[in-house]
Amino acid sequence: MDDTKLNEIINKHQGEASSLIQILLEIQREHRWLPKEVLEKVSQRLDVPLSRIQHIVTFYKAFSLVPKGRHEVHICMGTACHVRGAPRLLDTVQDMIGIKPGETDMDLKFSLETVNCLGCCALGPVMEVDGKYHGKISPAEIEGVLKNYE
Amino acid sequence: MSEILLQIDGKEVAATEGMTLLEVAQKAGIFIPTLCHDERLEGYGACRICTVEIEKRGWTQYVAACLYPVEKNLVVRTRSERIDQIRKMLLDLMLAHAPESLALQDLAKQYGANQERFEKEPDFCILCGLCVRYCAEVKKKHAVSFADRGVRREIQFIPEIASKECWNCKECFPLCPTSYLQAAYFLAEGLAFPPIFTSEE
Repeated sequence: MDDTKLNEIINKHQGEASSLIQILLEIQREHRWLPKEVLEKVSQRLDVPLSRIQHIVTFYKAFSLVPKGRHEVHICMGTACHVRGAPRLLDTVQDMIGIKPGETDMDLKFSLETVNCLGCCALGPVMEVDGKYHGKISPAEIEGVLKNYE
Repeated sequence: MSEILLQIDGKEVAATEGMTLLEVAQKAGIFIPTLCHDERLEGYGACRICTVEIEKRGWTQYVAACLYPVEKNLVVRTRSERIDQIRKMLLDLMLAHAPESLALQDLAKQYGANQERFEKEPDFCILCGLCVRYCAEVKKKHAVSFADRGVRREIQFIPEIASKECWNCKECFPLCPTSYLQAAYFLAEGLAFPPIFTSEE
């Protein structure tokens, strides 16, 4: 992430320490993860100790301290999805892209996460890719969905 | 400042506004056990071992003495069957993490806590936060912080800061009730401290 973009984000929030989480979220959205050098700069500009930033970025699941793939795949593991076959869905996705939940593949194409409920249990089992919901999906249909992503 | 009168263990004590129950009790020579308390630091209320019973308008409540501010006519009891039960439970849980901690052992003897009650946990931190708060509030170095949350919460040194600040400080070491802090420090030193360049010398 270059300095101009980072400064732009920080300036938008007037370098306020109280906007720390908003700033981090914007960096995360822009860059897809939070490199240590960036956090050190944020810490300096906002005058917030790095230890506090570490506490926050490890607390919220929205932040990542390791590179994330271009596309985020979320498999719902909530109760409704679970009984409708989410584990089989997860197995299929794992086999297809070769990574486990929490991991990112070698060419940074996909990151896989499990979530506990996406709030649309009627559509279960649900797979979400980059914010797009694929409901009532069967393991056989997954390949067709994932091959659309580059 | 106006004086506030309250009763602790049947004894009338005077306090000023803003004091906590723990401070008043200590001033009056009444002992309340603590683990995460340090008078140089802000109250934190992590360990709950200082839980006391208060009586307010006929209701009984259990509160952390290190955080609860004094109130007029409050009736406080520092020992009761229920309090002992609460403290024993807390100790049972903490002993699952740090059975060898002397601070915990002392209290365990007093409250009859049983270190075999729960299955042993591999980490021996009780998350009292003394190190994190001491480094931030007293030393203002912020070399150690909490990370993650829930059952995975732990303390971590920031290698870049710790390698510069800790070698001649280490004032947090004696504060730690379980010596997990020392382990975390040497782990960070061994694994993550940036290399030392000696070419300038």
